[in-house]
Amino acid sequence: MFELLGITPQALGAQLLIGLINGSFYALLSLGLAVIFGLLNVINFTHGAQYMLGAMFTWIGLTQLGYWLDIEDGLEVGYFVMLFVAPLLVGLLSIGMEKTMLKRLYHLDHLYGLLLTFGCALVIEGMFRHWYGVLGDSYPVPELLDGGLRVSGLYLPYYRLWVLAVALLMCFLTWYVIERTKLGSLLRAGTENPKLLQSFGVNVPLIVTLTYGAGCALAAFAGVLAAPIYQVTAIMGSNLIIVVFAVVVIGGMGSIAGSIITGLGLGVIEGLTKVFYPEASSVSIFVIMVLVLLLKPAGLFGKVR
Amino acid sequence: MTTAVKVDRVALVVLALLALVPFQSLFYDLFLMKVFCFAIFAMSLNLLLGYAGLLSFGHAAFFGAAAYVTSHVIKEWQLSTEISILLGVAVATALGYIFGSLAIRRQGIYFAMITLALAQIIDFMANQLPFTNGEDGIQGVPRGMLFGLIDLSDSTPMYYFSLVVFALAFFFVKRVVYSPFGQVLKSIRENEPRAISLGYDVDRYKRLAFTLSAGLAGLAGALKCLVLQLASLTDVHWHTSGEVVLMTILGGIGTLWGPVAGAAIVVNLNNYLANFGGWSTIILGFIFVICVLAFRRGIVGEIAHRFNIKL
Repeated sequence: MFELLGITPQALGAQLLIGLINGSFYALLSLGLAVIFGLLNVINFTHGAQYMLGAMFTWIGLTQLGYWLDIEDGLEVGYFVMLFVAPLLVGLLSIGMEKTMLKRLYHLDHLYGLLLTFGCALVIEGMFRHWYGVLGDSYPVPELLDGGLRVSGLYLPYYRLWVLAVALLMCFLTWYVIERTKLGSLLRAGTENPKLLQSFGVNVPLIVTLTYGAGCALAAFAGVLAAPIYQVTAIMGSNLIIVVFAVVVIGGMGSIAGSIITGLGLGVIEGLTKVFYPEASSVSIFVIMVLVLLLKPAGLFGKVR
Repeated sequence: MTTAVKVDRVALVVLALLALVPFQSLFYDLFLMKVFCFAIFAMSLNLLLGYAGLLSFGHAAFFGAAAYVTSHVIKEWQLSTEISILLGVAVATALGYIFGSLAIRRQGIYFAMITLALAQIIDFMANQLPFTNGEDGIQGVPRGMLFGLIDLSDSTPMYYFSLVVFALAFFFVKRVVYSPFGQVLKSIRENEPRAISLGYDVDRYKRLAFTLSAGLAGLAGALKCLVLQLASLTDVHWHTSGEVVLMTILGGIGTLWGPVAGAAIVVNLNNYLANFGGWSTIILGFIFVICVLAFRRGIVGEIAHRFNIKL
C-alpha cells in the first residue's frame, strides 16, 4: 500500500512522530491560552514571546551565566534544573506584567488586552532580537536523553519521546487540576461568574493573577522542551503563536480536553500533509480553520458564549 | 444664504499646504507619498475599528495582495496606471468580501484571530505563487502612464497623483462615516443587540464595512507599490497588520484625521529608527503599550476631546 502512495513507511512514521511532537507543542500552548482566556478573557499575544523566553533562559543557563557572572570555569545550569526554573522565572515576570499593566484593562473592551499583550510581545522579542540577533543558537540534547530507539527501520530519538511523554503528562496534569481539584473548581467558577465567586469570599484577583502566571509558565515550559529540538532564536515564538491561534479557533475555547485533542490532532495532520505536499503543511491548519468556521462556527469543542 | 454643502475647512487647509510641498526642500516628497499610502491604509482600518468596532488583525493581506497584483499587472502586462490600481483594488475588495463573510461568523476576539489566520493564508500564497518571486518580491515596478498621457516616473507628477488619491480616499471615508450607513455601523459598535432588535441586518452591514475597508486597504497597497516601486513579502506579513493597528490607535480611533497623524508619526519613526537595528520593534511595542494603557483616545482623539471639536 505504501508503495502505491509513493512513500515509505519509514517516512510516514518519521513524519507522524514529528507531527505528534509539533502537536504536543500546539496542545501545551493552546492549553495555556485557553486557561488564560477562560479566566481573564484576554488573548495573551505574549504567549509566543514567553515560549521564546523559556527556551532563551534555558540556553542562557547553559552557556551565558559564566560569562555574565565572570566565573572562571563557567557556570552551567543544566536542562533538568531549567525545566523548573525557567517556567518559574517567566511565571514571576508575567505576574509582574499582569499586576502593573493588564489589570488596568479588565474593565475595558477585551481587545485592549490583546493589543497590550501584542505590544509587550513586540518589546520582548525586540529586546532579544537586539541582543542575540535572529540567526539563533543550538542547544544540545541533554546527555541522559541522547541516542534513540531503533524499531523496524525507524529511528526514534529518545529526546523526542521524552518531549511527547512530558508534554502529554503536563496536559493531563493541567486537565486534572482544572477539572478534578478544588482549586480547579474555583477557577471554573471564576470563569463563569467572578462577581458571585468574590461575594463568597474567594480572592478572585489573586486567582486571576496566579492563573495568568501559570498559563505563561506553561508556555515557558514548552519553550524549555523545545530548546534542544528547534533553534533557539528571538523569533521562534512569533510564527508559532499564529498557528496556535488558528488551533484555538478550531478547537473552540470551551474545554481543556478539547484544546489538547485539537492541538495534537492538528499537529498530526500537519505532519501528514508534509509527506504528501510539503509546502502546504503550514497552511493546512489555516485551511482546516476555514472549513471548521464554515461548518461549526463555535469551534469543534466550543460552547457558544 | 446657507449652502447645503458644508466646507471642510481643516481638510482644505491641510490639502492646500500639502500641495505646496514640491516647492520647498524641508519635507521630502517621496517620504510624504509613503505617508499618504499608510494614511489610506490606516484610514481603512479605522473605518472598521473606529466606526464599526471590529478589530481586523489581518489587513496586511489586502494591502499586500493589491500591491502584488498591481505590480505584476503594470510590469508584465504593461497596463496603464489607473487600470492597474483598479485591478489591485478589485482583488482586495473580492478578498475582503470572502474573508469578511467568514470572519463575521464570530465576535470580538475570535473575529480578530480569524482575520489574522486568513491573512496567513495570503502570506503563504505570496510565498508560494511564482509571480510574486518569493523573497525577492516584485522589484523595479514602473509607475506607468496615468490615463496613458501623464508619465508618473518623475517625482512631482507622482506626488500630485498620490495627493489626489489620498484626498479622494479621505473624502470617501468621510462620506461613508457621515452617511446613514455609517450611523448604523456606529450603532452596531455601541450596542449590537439593540441594532438587531431595531431590525437591522447586522451581518450585512458588517460585511459591507469589511469589504469597503479591504478595498481601501487595497488602494493603499496599490499606491504604495507604485510609489516605492516594490512589492515584497513584508507587505503581507502580520507585523504590517500590527503596525497599521498601532498607527490607528496612536492617531486616534474613531476620528477622521487620527489615522493620518498616526501614519505620519509611525512612518517617521521607522525612518528614524531604521539606523538603530533592533530598536524600532522595541520602541514601537513600547508606544503600543503606552497607548493602550494611558492614551486610548490617541493623539488626534485627545486634541478633539480637549478642544471639543470633531476631527
